[in-house]
Amino acid sequence: MSQAAAQRLEAFLERVPYVRFLGMRAELAGDEMTAILPFAPHLIGNVALPALHGGVIGAFMEMTALAQLSVIAPSPKVHKTIDITIEYLRPGKAQVIYARADVRKIGRQIANVHVEAWQDHRDKPAAALRGHFLLSGT
Amino acid sequence: MTISPETLIEAARRMVEAVPQAAALGFKLLSVEPGKGSILTPWREDLVGDPDTGVIAGGVVTALLDHCCGLAITSRSLEGGFLSTATLDLRIDYMRPAAPRADVTATAHCYKLTRSIAFVRAHAFDADPDDPIATAQGAFVLKRAQP
Repeated sequence: MSQAAAQRLEAFLERVPYVRFLGMRAELAGDEMTAILPFAPHLIGNVALPALHGGVIGAFMEMTALAQLSVIAPSPKVHKTIDITIEYLRPGKAQVIYARADVRKIGRQIANVHVEAWQDHRDKPAAALRGHFLLSGT
Repeated sequence: MTISPETLIEAARRMVEAVPQAAALGFKLLSVEPGKGSILTPWREDLVGDPDTGVIAGGVVTALLDHCCGLAITSRSLEGGFLSTATLDLRIDYMRPAAPRADVTATAHCYKLTRSIAFVRAHAFDADPDDPIATAQGAFVLKRAQP
């Protein structure tokens, strides 16, 4: 894994313009990836609170799943989202948010991925996502 | 209290164009009526999800659908001393990728509003409303102004 995995992850983050629009980064510790979305003013969805846009948190978790899949299911093409279910547990505060993806099942065609996003405490998630992804050919 | 169409459009325009994330994605208000809303997001190079095809990112569609649901709820609940919405859950099915370099339009319908929860359906399309790229179903919490 290690070196090649890190390169695949870096390639994914570099290649996708929308990842740069969000300002998302990711770090690998062995085979465990943590995605990081530093706070930026353009991510705000509620100025009064202020809070991150729900769609941003959803999109961040979706990109986290795709980034994790780019590491464990390498492909020259981007994998495609089939469906996602997002649960919002706490308001996303105007600060950095983290996410980790758990690939529950990876088949020949389809992967099932769970993602959890948190801010101050790992055990107090801000949101969760479950999704199915269509794997592009290798 | 009845809300005039002008007040409704003004509130909708603020919601679609003045929210920082909505402005960053270039959202444009297409239409609004009580319980329904429609928003366009223009294709942009930096919003692409698949650099091989130039198709707009799924994440943009997610944010658009979420925001459009919020618009549909707001347009229906303005009369009730309503303050803001927070997404409880949102399920999105992606039928197919948008066409390369295509703008995406979302329409949402808030079909049930209780004192505390709004239920909404939405879909997104590029050219033909009857050929959606994604559909969404969500539940939102209503936060009302204190009396």
